[in-house]
Amino acid sequence: MTRWEQWLDLLANKPMWLMFVLAFVVGGAICLIGQILIDVARLTPAHAMTTLVVAGVALDALNWYEPLIDFAGAGATVPITSFGNALFHGAMSEYHRDGWIGLLTGIFEVTSAGISCAIVFSFLAALLIRPVKN
Amino acid sequence: MELSRTQRNRLTPVQRNYLRLAARHEPRRRIARNMLWAFGTGGGICAIGQGIQFAFMHWAGFDQKTAGNPTVAVMILLSITFTCLGVYDRFAQKAGAGSAVPVTGFANAMCSAALEHRSEGLVLGVGGQLFKVAGPVIVFGTTAAFIFALLRVLIMPLFGGHA
Repeated sequence: MTRWEQWLDLLANKPMWLMFVLAFVVGGAICLIGQILIDVARLTPAHAMTTLVVAGVALDALNWYEPLIDFAGAGATVPITSFGNALFHGAMSEYHRDGWIGLLTGIFEVTSAGISCAIVFSFLAALLIRPVKN
Repeated sequence: MELSRTQRNRLTPVQRNYLRLAARHEPRRRIARNMLWAFGTGGGICAIGQGIQFAFMHWAGFDQKTAGNPTVAVMILLSITFTCLGVYDRFAQKAGAGSAVPVTGFANAMCSAALEHRSEGLVLGVGGQLFKVAGPVIVFGTTAAFIFALLRVLIMPLFGGHA
């Protein structure tokens, strides 16, 4: 096997250490884009986040986000862009199952775990925790 | 102070002058250092997420696709725990987008809003302000997902494809 074929072979059946490296590099790169939007393009953090989410939706609409998830694993599913990807994905999968109404019913199908989880635990935290005055 | 373009256009001349004055005295942003921190910490959080995902796949019998949801749930739980301990916000000072872009930053924004407005009551404070920071992301993501899905359903058949 030539060196090139060895690299291709490595990428085809990724060992565990390589998945960690790819998650680190791709996830870090997406966060780097966010930092550039804030520092160089001078957007507010809220504008940077909405830009990334809409970018995630657009990438999935072009069928480019799923290959990225296959390639980078958590590097593509943990950043906020995957939230946009999940919104779009839910809408399309319910459209294929139920027709037009699926475009509305399906949007939160995949992301509901994350959103419900964040709402419930944030509320419980506010119930249980007293902020320290300093 | 970070203002959006809409906010800047609504300022009076006096306010504009003040912004210009404030901008002259603002410490220079260390862009290279911020970028390095964002890359390192953001990548680190994603690597931790990968570890949790492997754990779910190895011990709980999930596969690559189904492990995503429980992984996100665990990361949100971790993020909220660290927010309550006051660790996450100190970490965010340094990490910038590296702590805000991963899903942990989304949970941190919601939990901070909940804690911050707790003193205004459970309904108007916590309930009303929970989505103060995270709201724009959900609004724009949902609207964009609907529009893009509609466009794809309408356009793809024109090229003989499947939506």
